[in-house]
Amino acid sequence: MHTAIAELEQAQVRPDIPAFRPGDTLKVHVNVKEGNRSRVQVFQGVVIRRQGSGARETFTVRKVSYGVGVERTFPVHTPAIDKIEVVTRGRVRRAKLYYLRSLRGKAARIRERREPTLAK
Amino acid sequence: MTKQIKGVLGTKLGMTQVFADDGRIVPVTVVAAGPCVVTAVRTPDADGYSAVQLGFGEIDPRRVTKPVAGHFAKAGVTPRRYLVEVRTDDAASYTLGQEVTAQTFAPGELVDVTATSKGKGFAGVVKRHGFKGLSSSHGTKRKHRAPGSIGGCAYPGHVFKGLRMAGRMGGERTTTANLTLHGVDADRGLLLIKGAVPGAAGSLVLVRNAAKSPAKSEAR
Repeated sequence: MHTAIAELEQAQVRPDIPAFRPGDTLKVHVNVKEGNRSRVQVFQGVVIRRQGSGARETFTVRKVSYGVGVERTFPVHTPAIDKIEVVTRGRVRRAKLYYLRSLRGKAARIRERREPTLAK
Repeated sequence: MTKQIKGVLGTKLGMTQVFADDGRIVPVTVVAAGPCVVTAVRTPDADGYSAVQLGFGEIDPRRVTKPVAGHFAKAGVTPRRYLVEVRTDDAASYTLGQEVTAQTFAPGELVDVTATSKGKGFAGVVKRHGFKGLSSSHGTKRKHRAPGSIGGCAYPGHVFKGLRMAGRMGGERTTTANLTLHGVDADRGLLLIKGAVPGAAGSLVLVRNAAKSPAKSEAR
């Protein structure tokens, strides 16, 4: 890749995005435009995938809404995201949590990740 | 009718994506445009047509032949690698040695991009002309990407001239029309053109403002 393109992409990376991994539960605050006014909508769910790198990175959040599974994929660095809150961190052993789609209720729970001890 | 065509030569750097203001992702081709210099101005009186000649690209002055070096000396500029003429009716407004940069264009403008397309080698009719090929089943044997009949036996009894067949594809001058200019980076001399542009990364491209009105082509 040409350095000018790399710089262009790097300039779009948002530094204010917190670190999160698949298995974490997020609150994604999305700017929604209705006509000429905009408001913030919260989409809360489990991250089931995070792929790509740099400005092109995307992640998918899954939630179950009125018994229906809803998944939304966002670019990590899109200006359409107002902010991201990490609600809980989950302990999972896979990078892609597609198995959650076939589970519901209690079975779809994810154990909470213990903070790794700060040993240097 | 007068046509005022602006143009700038540049190098295609490659493609990437940028976020629009509303959060949508826009695929863009990044072109490092200019700086070009005006090396000649064609006028109807002297040349029979109106155009401006632009030079672009570095070249070792020792590698320039004497006649070409003289042409550049006449314009008072150092030799450039590429020369191109842009036909425009307002050529008189350009002066010799004037610099033409990416700032010639503003975001939102429609542009035509001309370049040499990527060579595809000897390509079959499916790739080269978009033929459908033959059926994948129903008894087709080893002829799935064949063109089918090209001329019949008794009627017409010969192959028409100009019939589309397999052959060399790509590596020819192509223009992609009516691309939207998404952004202009004046500091770095970059043009962000929405969509794909002919040619490989690193190849020479000519960016001009759109020759055909999009309103007219939409009405069709």
